[in-house]
Amino acid sequence: MLIRAGDAGVLLAGTGLVIALTVFAWGGDRGDTAVIRAAGRVVETVSLTHARTFSIGGPLGATQIEVEPGRARVARDPSPRQLCVRQGWLTQSGQAALCLPNQVSLEIRGRHFAYDTLGY
Amino acid sequence: MTHSAIELPVTPDDRRIARLAALAIGLTLAEAALPSPLPGVKPGLANIVVLMVLLQYGWRAAAWVSGLRVLAGGLLLGSLFAPGFWLSVAGAGVSLSVLALARRLPSRYFGPVSLSVLAAFGHIGGQLALAGAWLLPGAAIIKLLPVFAAAALVFGTVNGVIVARLLAAPTSDRRQSLPCTLP
Repeated sequence: MLIRAGDAGVLLAGTGLVIALTVFAWGGDRGDTAVIRAAGRVVETVSLTHARTFSIGGPLGATQIEVEPGRARVARDPSPRQLCVRQGWLTQSGQAALCLPNQVSLEIRGRHFAYDTLGY
Repeated sequence: MTHSAIELPVTPDDRRIARLAALAIGLTLAEAALPSPLPGVKPGLANIVVLMVLLQYGWRAAAWVSGLRVLAGGLLLGSLFAPGFWLSVAGAGVSLSVLALARRLPSRYFGPVSLSVLAAFGHIGGQLALAGAWLLPGAAIIKLLPVFAAAALVFGTVNGVIVARLLAAPTSDRRQSLPCTLP
């Protein structure tokens, strides 16, 4: 017997792994650029290739933004409810974290824009 | 004048490992001549030898053959201690660890094809882990994961079927090499 019962299982699992990796890597639209705005004006446009951190000033204080390969997040923010911080890491094109009281926003862009424009 | 000689006794095991490693090195060299669309996507023919050794002579012998193949392959291809060499080391290391665990699977259900596929995934996993941590830290490697995984699945299966067929062949084909007799 060239292929035994367990072999078929291993082959199936391997195929499943390949499919899962394909969906993970090619599915959706992973972003490649982070756009950081303060008071509506773009202050930084960074590609998501290597780790960097930014400190953006706003009316309440400094918002810390962390960029890593393939993702970005708001690491620290002086706003009271911390909504943008709790959003965590953003990876997909079109995702955005808004720190409204401090007027800082972080938006992820990919090859295709999910929206024509975003107004906040 | 002192005269001292260091004698290194050579056991039949050593000779056998050397012979099988030479076979694996030959396959590595032949394979290096094949054009490849992506560095790292290779049939991994030397793994056929490593798997045969594992199934016939045990894990220690397989580890020796695999290690010697990586070292001598690096020497002969001129890539010794270059990044590609370390990728080979990582791949072979992870692959051997996977085989050490996988050979404990019941052989009634899990044959050479399972071992070969798991070893192939171990190989590419080790190489990508090192490449991702050291050579290409970034998101670029994520996009290539499915290609490498698919290649591992296909070549692992093909190599495994080859091993299964070689093991099923009549034993006279697997005789030890004999001293040449002059006519």
